[in-house]
Amino acid sequence: MQTDLFQEARRQAEICNACRYCEGYCSVFPSLHAERAFSDGDITQLANLCHNCRGCYYACQYTAPHEFDLNLPKALAEVRRDTWESFAWPQPLARRFHTHGGAIALALVIGFAVMFWAIRAVGSSGGEGFYAVLSHNAMVAIFAPAFLLPLFSLAISLRRYWAEVGGKPIQLSDLTAAFKRAGKMQDLAAGHGEGCNFEDEDRFSQGRRHIHHAIMYGFLLCFASTSVATIMHYGFALHAPYGFWSLPKLFGVSGGILLTVGCGAMVFLKQKSDRELGDPSAWGGEIGFVLLLGFVGLSGLVLYVLGSTDLMPALLAIHLGSVLTFFLLMPYTKMVHGFYRLAALIRDAQRKRELSVGC
Amino acid sequence: MTTQKEAYDIAVIGGGNAALCAAMTAAEAGARVLILETAPKPYRGGNSRHTRNFRCMHGAPLGPLIEKYSEDEYLEDLLKVTGGKTDERLARLAIRTSEECLPWMEEHGVRFQPSLSGTLSLARTNAFFMGGGKSLVNAYYRTAAALGVDVLYQAAVTHLELNGDQIEWVDYTYEGQSHRITPKAVIVAAGGFQADTDWLTRAWGAPAKNFLIRGTPYNRGVVLADLLDQSVESVGDPTQCHAVAIDGRAPKFDGGIVTRLDCVPFSIVVNKNAERFYDEGEDVWPKRYAIWGRLVAAQPDQVGYVIIDAKSLNLFMPSVFPPLKADTLEELAGMMDLPADKLEATVSEFNEACGDTSGFHPTELDGVTTSGLTPPKTNWARPITDPPFYGYSLRTGVTFTYLGLKVDDTAQCSTPDGKIKNLWAAGETMAGSILGQGYLAGFGMTIGTVFGRIAGREAAAYAN
Repeated sequence: MQTDLFQEARRQAEICNACRYCEGYCSVFPSLHAERAFSDGDITQLANLCHNCRGCYYACQYTAPHEFDLNLPKALAEVRRDTWESFAWPQPLARRFHTHGGAIALALVIGFAVMFWAIRAVGSSGGEGFYAVLSHNAMVAIFAPAFLLPLFSLAISLRRYWAEVGGKPIQLSDLTAAFKRAGKMQDLAAGHGEGCNFEDEDRFSQGRRHIHHAIMYGFLLCFASTSVATIMHYGFALHAPYGFWSLPKLFGVSGGILLTVGCGAMVFLKQKSDRELGDPSAWGGEIGFVLLLGFVGLSGLVLYVLGSTDLMPALLAIHLGSVLTFFLLMPYTKMVHGFYRLAALIRDAQRKRELSVGC
Repeated sequence: MTTQKEAYDIAVIGGGNAALCAAMTAAEAGARVLILETAPKPYRGGNSRHTRNFRCMHGAPLGPLIEKYSEDEYLEDLLKVTGGKTDERLARLAIRTSEECLPWMEEHGVRFQPSLSGTLSLARTNAFFMGGGKSLVNAYYRTAAALGVDVLYQAAVTHLELNGDQIEWVDYTYEGQSHRITPKAVIVAAGGFQADTDWLTRAWGAPAKNFLIRGTPYNRGVVLADLLDQSVESVGDPTQCHAVAIDGRAPKFDGGIVTRLDCVPFSIVVNKNAERFYDEGEDVWPKRYAIWGRLVAAQPDQVGYVIIDAKSLNLFMPSVFPPLKADTLEELAGMMDLPADKLEATVSEFNEACGDTSGFHPTELDGVTTSGLTPPKTNWARPITDPPFYGYSLRTGVTFTYLGLKVDDTAQCSTPDGKIKNLWAAGETMAGSILGQGYLAGFGMTIGTVFGRIAGREAAAYAN
């Protein structure tokens, strides 16, 4: 961990703790105000609770040119990325993709290459539809480990996080509280529910929250599509290709549209935001990740539309290549933020529960 | 000198809460309004940036406010702090109008939040702005812009030309050039003069050089002095300012809320000679911090030193800077540049005067007192014995000045010859009309909002 980043966040948190004007904005401040001194674990937890809505920055009487020079959204964003890198496993992979969009692009090209190679080398064993290009067994052989290994890596990271922030055994109520906040993105809405200060200085807007909803629910729909298809394949011997009015297609197409539009809008919105209120050194990595995610959605849609043309094999390789890259990079890109935020919200729900029990 | 290209009906001098309330009200009445704010944009809003709540009368639960807070109770609270130095008619006007202000504030973009942690005592009487005063200021600037109000930052007004019963023109500098405009009406909402250290020193005496200014460095009283020079009627004691004891390490200007120190009741406070000089446990801190501003001002070099021990560290709100910390009093004295033997003697004399501390209760007057000590400590008197020992320095922090423009209940200014027909004042500039001494939390914003709206309404009616 980079001690200077933690020290700067700590300095700022101590000033915030003497002020408390921002208490109503989000989950960070009630949690911050519950402490008198901030351990690295406390700072780690605060950093991952922060959704970078920036409300506190524009409300702050101590931002530059004031000598206190507060910029809490930035300080926490920098710590946040540092914690993701520090908890990641294996370490050599960890410190590349958060900050380098180019590395993500390179990984994507490699992903394409792997899929083209697989199609050429393995090919079909006489299946239908996409399986005519690459057999179902080959897809499973590639994607089962490409999905499970990153999950294993993430599990290790989250265990490290949980130990660092002093997490306790999780109760069902912690989970429901956390999922409720995450499901509504309440921490991107400010206490009054009017959104965050992102694309136009101190103007409150729901833009980022709604776009994030589109991406998150789009992704979950795409994931649901694959999951349902897997169940249909193994549970009911219902094999692809599926018709439009099937669950995998309905989830996949709607999810793909949400994901594509959402990621495009997010890149547009980020261009309008002030980079200095986030983690400036992670700019390239963040944009690279959003573009990758959007590309997964877009290539899936194109594949759906042009799936019966001669372009299909190439499009399949490109789509699957992007999916492969996306999954493999999951523990090392901005994608981890969802897992850490959820963990932080669960931990925060525990804190509130402990508090109410204590009263 | 350039003259205006665009004709404004109203010039508002100042860019804080009162100025913005006036500008928005006037613009809604159809006036063309220009705000001349002397601060650069990041520091716009004067002392309103540092505020956090609005004291508001209500007959029934209103917005974030619970129960009720009647006009009479509000006035009683005010009279307690001003010692009767209050124009009751104007005070009642401010109090009565505050109730309709809260929904008006919400309509103009202000959002409220529940009472902040550590301020539960204000949950019934004071509505807290979500994000504090700067977010209120931001919201008002957005609303004002949408209403067509123009704003110039770093536009420093230098002179208002008073001719008989009216203001003829307004001179200001902007981007290195002098400008003159001739609006039909002028609203002054430019705060007090506390940031002009020379003026403060002339008024208070030499110790004022060592005072810290809790708010904006831009309240230099330029317009106030200019108008007083032209015999505009004033109100308020010119020698007085509202001052409190704050962390001695605070910046000279703009330290704001975070520099407050709540530890005095659990401490002993000594001067630079390591001598105690006042009863630290006289009352709960919110009722005593203003008195301590004056007490510290009367000490050599205008500085005090707070000494607490380990058992009291967590009894007060965290400080913005960590306290000095030492394992022995001698070491702490060294860190604070106090005579060590004298400090040890003062502490041991105090400790010996402490009696039964079993009734100690940090949040109420517990009567745990010293005996035979001068000055006594009449509550929370526990011996200072448990290392590590902690120290803070205390200095006098000026919040605002009382001298201002005298207004009537339409916020209009006057000379000894009668009313000035196109000059109004709002906010801290005229608050001395209502607050003769002392301060009531959240009342500054009430005065600013109520009289800002009145001034805007009256000026627009005149200009139209």
